[in-house]
Amino acid sequence: MLPFTYSRPRNIGEAATAGAQPGTEFIAGGTDLLPLLKEGVRRANRLVDINDLPLGGIRHEAAGVRLGALTRMSDAADDERLRRDYPAVVEALLAGASPQLRNLATVGGNLLQHTRCLYFHDAAMPCNKRQPGSGCPAWDGQNRGNAILGGSRACIATHASDLAVALVALEARVVLGARHGEREVPLADFHRLPGDTPQIETVLEPGEVITAIFVPAAPYSRRSTYVKLRDRASFEWALTSAAAALDLAGDTIRQARVAVGGVATKPWRLPKVEEALAGARADRSIFHAAAELAAQGAEPRQFNAFKVELMKRAIVRALADAGSLA
Amino acid sequence: MRSVLSLTVNGRAREDLVADNMLLLDYLREVAGLTGTKQGCDGGECGACTVLVDDQPRLACSTLAHQVAGKRIETIEGLATRGRLSALQQAFHEKLGTQCGFCTPGMIMAAEALLRRNPDPSRDEIKAALSGNLCRCTGYVKIVESVETAVRAREAAE
Ligand SMILES: Cc1cc2nc3c(=O)[nH]c(=O)nc-3n(C[C@H](O)[C@H](O)[C@H](O)COP(=O)(O)OP(=O)(O)OC[C@H]3O[C@@H](n4cnc5c(N)ncnc54)[C@H](O)[C@@H]3O)c2cc1C
Ligand code: FES
Ligand code: FES
Repeated sequence: MLPFTYSRPRNIGEAATAGAQPGTEFIAGGTDLLPLLKEGVRRANRLVDINDLPLGGIRHEAAGVRLGALTRMSDAADDERLRRDYPAVVEALLAGASPQLRNLATVGGNLLQHTRCLYFHDAAMPCNKRQPGSGCPAWDGQNRGNAILGGSRACIATHASDLAVALVALEARVVLGARHGEREVPLADFHRLPGDTPQIETVLEPGEVITAIFVPAAPYSRRSTYVKLRDRASFEWALTSAAAALDLAGDTIRQARVAVGGVATKPWRLPKVEEALAGARADRSIFHAAAELAAQGAEPRQFNAFKVELMKRAIVRALADAGSLA
Repeated sequence: MRSVLSLTVNGRAREDLVADNMLLLDYLREVAGLTGTKQGCDGGECGACTVLVDDQPRLACSTLAHQVAGKRIETIEGLATRGRLSALQQAFHEKLGTQCGFCTPGMIMAAEALLRRNPDPSRDEIKAALSGNLCRCTGYVKIVESVETAVRAREAAE
């Protein structure tokens, strides 16, 4: 492994100062970062370990739930109130990675995990995300796993998180800490589209730390669910996933929230699908018609065209599951 | 840079001078001399490096040694008592839960963590607990049966 120095700051100010220096990476659970350093996909001279910062813990409030950025995926998944009030979040957590990984991995790190695009992980290949300007071999290459939504000629890598898909459907906000205090960004605006600069993945400034994730309590949060479709039943990334949340009055949908994963370059909310559902009856034909709108603007490549249909079906299934929740 | 690392490995307190960038996996195998913990994929994908950190299964390949300062680490070498295999080890041996053996230390440590938390797991709970451990030999059926056998052996011994 490459040599790096290691420090463990005790407050955000120190961490932000250390983290802003070139060649520095924060480390939380390390499950994303350490393999990338070993593969030579990322390089760092300094690791700043943020595990001593006071960023753990889950706080339930009337307005919503605040997940400290260092909350382990396993601890969040075990939280009874989170499971009751925001089931899609817990289902997405349990559908991700493996028990050992969830014991290490943090929810903050999960939002910042790097893509699983084959070419990003192969340091011998060009990749605009890893090496800006070198090209995108996925465009005409092995693109079965790549995005059909939100891509550009420079990059069609998916954002691989399950958790982020459930969170973006529930309108979560990311709380960011720096030397001069905190700011909040809607998760929907936190990740950037690749455009011509796929190496810039989020709106995080140098040295800025995710301190927490806030999920607002809404009328649809309890009736929310997450569906993940993959090549094998466990320990596998999503080919397509869907999160759905419904606020029902009898069998009429007051409002709906829908997002998809495994198909887009960032956690992908579907406002047109939500609009089509609002005020409609909660039944399968309506779900099918709404799901059609998800594929507007989809640009499949040679090997990932199957995701268009799979995505629509995942949405219908998630809506039907959410509709049948007690 | 190197600094002193204090922790407990299999019940014994240790202090070693350890490089900042040393993985827990390399610390266990090369510094502590405990080669039972295996390096498979080296990237979080196979579970062969599973050890217990304060009773929780974690991946030694994706943890820096200094990140477990002050903690209680347990490896496969810590399970046998006075030369007697633990119930899980005995069951994997008898029920053919192990073939080439490469995945076995990680499988057994993941199963050990499960049985500490839940001494009478269902078959689905066993499968979920072992879902982060890959095996290229057994097809998994014998592994699940081995864990079930160990559960019964532990109940009978009580
Ligand atoms: C084999 C494998 C399978 C997986 N399967 C899935 C899956 O199915 N679904 C899924 O959703 N995920 C999956 N994951 C991803 C896993 O959930 C992430 O690796 C994990 O959540 C990252 O969290 P971490 O704390 O380990 O991050 P780290 O590795 O510590 O950090 C990741 C990145 O985020 C930065 N960072 C971390 N925390 C902060 C913070 N608070 N503020 C600012 N920067 C920060 C780091 O600098 C680094 O760049 C898988 C991972 C592996 C290795
Ligand atoms: S070696 Fe650690 S998970 Fe494979
Ligand atoms: S026994 Fe060979 S890998 Fe499992």
